[in-house]
Amino acid sequence: MSAAETRTARPAISPPDTAPLVEIEGLGRVFDLSKRWLNRVLDGSGKVMLTAVDGVSLSIERGGTYALVGESGSGKSTIAKMVVGLLPPTSGSVHIAGADIWAERGLARQRQLHRRIQMIFQDPYASLNPRWRVGSILAEPIKAFGLAADAAAREARVGELLSLVGLDPRDSAKFPHEFSGGQRQRIAIARALASEPEFIVCDEPTSALDVSVQAQVLNLLRDLQQRLGLTYLFISHNLAVVRHMATRVGVLYLGRLVEEAPARELFAAPKHPYTKMLLDAVPDIGMEGVERPSIAGEIPNPINPPSGCHFHPRCPHVMPQCRTVVPPSYAVGDAKVLCHLYDGTDHAGTARSAP
Amino acid sequence: MTDAIRVKEEQPGVLSRILRSDLFYSFRRSPITVISAAVTLVLILAALFAPWIAPHDPFDPASLDIMNSLLPPQWTADGQAGFLLGTDDQGRDVLSTILYGMRISLAVGFASVVLAMALGVTLGLIAGYVGGITDTIIMRVADVQLTFPAILTALLIDGVARALAGPQAYEEIVFFVLVLSIGLSFWVQYARTVRGSVLVEANKEYVLAARLIGLRSSAIMFRHVLPNVVGPVLVIATINLALAIITEATLSFLGVGVPPTQPSLGTLIRIGNDYLFSGEWWVTIFPGITLAILALAVNLLGDWLRDALNPKLR
Amino acid sequence: MTATLSVRNLRVEIPTRHGVLTAIDDLSFDIAPGEVLGVVGESGAGKSITGSAIIGLLDPPGRIAGGEILLGGERIDNLAPPAMRRVRGKRIGMIFQDPLTSLNPLYRVGDQLTQTILTHEKMTARAALDKAERLLVEVGIPAAGARLSSYPHQFSGGMRQRVVIALALAADPELVVADEPTTALDVSVQAQVISLLKRLCKDRGASVMLITHDMGVIAETADRVCVLYAGRLAEIGKVRDVVKHPQHPYTHGLMTAIPSLKGDPDARLEQIPGSMPRLGAIPEGCAFNPRCGFRFERCRAERPAAYPTSRSEASCFLLDAAGAAPPPETAAAARAAGIEVRAGAPTGADA
Repeated sequence: MSAAETRTARPAISPPDTAPLVEIEGLGRVFDLSKRWLNRVLDGSGKVMLTAVDGVSLSIERGGTYALVGESGSGKSTIAKMVVGLLPPTSGSVHIAGADIWAERGLARQRQLHRRIQMIFQDPYASLNPRWRVGSILAEPIKAFGLAADAAAREARVGELLSLVGLDPRDSAKFPHEFSGGQRQRIAIARALASEPEFIVCDEPTSALDVSVQAQVLNLLRDLQQRLGLTYLFISHNLAVVRHMATRVGVLYLGRLVEEAPARELFAAPKHPYTKMLLDAVPDIGMEGVERPSIAGEIPNPINPPSGCHFHPRCPHVMPQCRTVVPPSYAVGDAKVLCHLYDGTDHAGTARSAP
Repeated sequence: MTDAIRVKEEQPGVLSRILRSDLFYSFRRSPITVISAAVTLVLILAALFAPWIAPHDPFDPASLDIMNSLLPPQWTADGQAGFLLGTDDQGRDVLSTILYGMRISLAVGFASVVLAMALGVTLGLIAGYVGGITDTIIMRVADVQLTFPAILTALLIDGVARALAGPQAYEEIVFFVLVLSIGLSFWVQYARTVRGSVLVEANKEYVLAARLIGLRSSAIMFRHVLPNVVGPVLVIATINLALAIITEATLSFLGVGVPPTQPSLGTLIRIGNDYLFSGEWWVTIFPGITLAILALAVNLLGDWLRDALNPKLR
Repeated sequence: MTATLSVRNLRVEIPTRHGVLTAIDDLSFDIAPGEVLGVVGESGAGKSITGSAIIGLLDPPGRIAGGEILLGGERIDNLAPPAMRRVRGKRIGMIFQDPLTSLNPLYRVGDQLTQTILTHEKMTARAALDKAERLLVEVGIPAAGARLSSYPHQFSGGMRQRVVIALALAADPELVVADEPTTALDVSVQAQVISLLKRLCKDRGASVMLITHDMGVIAETADRVCVLYAGRLAEIGKVRDVVKHPQHPYTHGLMTAIPSLKGDPDARLEQIPGSMPRLGAIPEGCAFNPRCGFRFERCRAERPAAYPTSRSEASCFLLDAAGAAPPPETAAAARAAGIEVRAGAPTGADA
């Protein structure tokens, strides 16, 4: 373990530690879902564009866990892919320790940057190549980034990684199908750690796991963060899990970051009506027998989202301007909220429960 | 896989892993498959060792005796000891010509399947992984290829080769012409299957993880994706082997395949065909039965493999 | 009063090449009229298999190898397929995780509803159509009359699951078996569907067997809960009791392992070591013993029955008043965790 620590604790090549490690500015992604040109001409249909992510800005402190929460169509997985470099953004930028991951020129520098960002995927059954032994799966990134001098050092490092995530170094000879879901997710975590990254994007890392195993994986992620000084972007639809992991939380609705705040503040005093609704909706073992206020409507089709504030058709506090004007970001204490209720004027007439 | 981690612990050997696998279990459970496999194996071995087990060498003119021509099978009234299945018009022992003929049939079959597989898998991988205009071009070519029946493609290539090479040189290259013609008409199926599997696999998270560590596309395709699409490819290859053998026989029967001096099963059937109505049935019937058994056995193996590798049918 | 559903010593086996796997082993529970029973367990616990066994739709080669299933006092586990088909739909309604598997994509929603109604009830087509519309109104589908002629794919996920609920209730069944009815839905829609299901069944007096892996859903919906582990009953009791005062060490571990919106977010989650055994490798004795922090000698040798406590019933030797006592420190630890240790107590005075 000591080897792992010394390696990850190498002197930073980057600005002083007080600066956020990850800065995302105005990130946007539009998908072209149109049919082929010829078909469009033939049936006279227009282009179909889907704005999956719309002007998302956020920054993540070194050693912190930023959680992105959202339901289907919120764009959370699209953001994850743009942040790790799997999907180019249509607009905006992603900076890791001051370097723009999408503007960096030169293969060597790009690779160096990619080594520092890794990802843990949702489905531990799909994220490990079923035909490779665990040892080869873990050795691949070590080899790709030239992190071990020879085969023996590589093998030693593989064993070290396996014990780091609570598995037996001898497990390297086995195939993924010989492990349970939770153990596979441990292997996936070990693979993400193999390139000695500083920043790991966790995309729903426990939503495919059973609850008793979920706790193991969440605890492991927290332990590793403390031990190796990792920074996480944690993506989940499960608010209770997010509450346990995050230092800061961003809530996405149809591609927009409608609220972001320090975790404690967000759960104690949610500001955006959508955040409130989400927190009210989660079934929770602590809330047994409690009658819930009923929630109206479903998430609209992201191809044709409502005008103005996307949430206005479901919002209990809807005002005339919500239907036409996209709300800007208002700072409320430590939180940032995309909601007209917080524009500084008094909405007492319409907004019954606004603060 | 490429760089297997050395293991200190004792590992189950390859043989015991095969014996314990689900595939072997489903194999053992299906008597028809076991019989097909045995028949295929016997026929392939017989072809391989033809020079040692054949009672006569049908290609040695010195050993041929025109007096022995068109002898009926041994067990019939006019049969003669030493010629179990009788002889053909040149006095060649039918059993021996069948054994030697199978060598050519199987060689053409295997070689053309390998060619079709190499071509189809590579093009399918590229089409599926690169996508875009490359994909469109490859798959449109495949569509065009599909509109030609295999026999037509083969006849075309054969005709061109014949015209270019001249009759003398043609006899020497005829094997390769056959392999090329059959191989070229079978690649589409591989390409389509592999492309489909690649489209599924390329979006799986293990491929994303490989992209994250900056591997080149070619490395991802061959090291990560390919091993996961071999199942369907093997199935097609097995079924295609039977098809290729039949196509070769058809071509030879039509007279565009191997020459009578080096007969394949198809050539033997054609030669015998001329004598069928004059009562010398054995010259064509025995090669015909052999061809049917060989194709059937290989086909049944392919069917079993398809079902065994398809988790939905388990 | 006769229980709506009564499962007695149910045993489900799946023959495989590695031998016969026991997917459900000696499972018994009752569902009272109008009651919502939650069945929880992790993947592989056998909760869905229990549901399939009850509705007579076990995937082959799975088979009921023992026990009885009684619906309103009559055995239904040994009915012939045609008779069972009449029970399904008429007396047992079914709701599955993916609404698309319960709805035929080629038929209009109205046609599917009227068909189900006419199969089980004698009435005119006109009356059936009226009833179908009333059902859609009841499940909260806007402009129900017009939507009768829509196809399933024209509905959103939440609306589709509402249609499935309407379909399940079409013949006024006594029992509704809902297998992960909200797992495929978004959180905000999930709450709507659950409260709808609960309200409608209550109005009609139908019992519900709610199968889910989500303890939160159970906590808010069910009256009683049945916790399964490796195909066996771990604990059964009132939801409030099982959630707040779990008596089986597995249930206890489960409740503390679930992150909640209440409590200290920085506290470390309790975790159960290891994972649920595969069906082919269920340990000797109590199936949970290798993962259990309170195990003692008896747990490795014998299989526990369900023992009553002051609140719920749980299959754990710590609760067997007639059994041998665990070592004192184990008993103390278990008591500290809230388990009413009765084993070895002279008169079961703990309660």
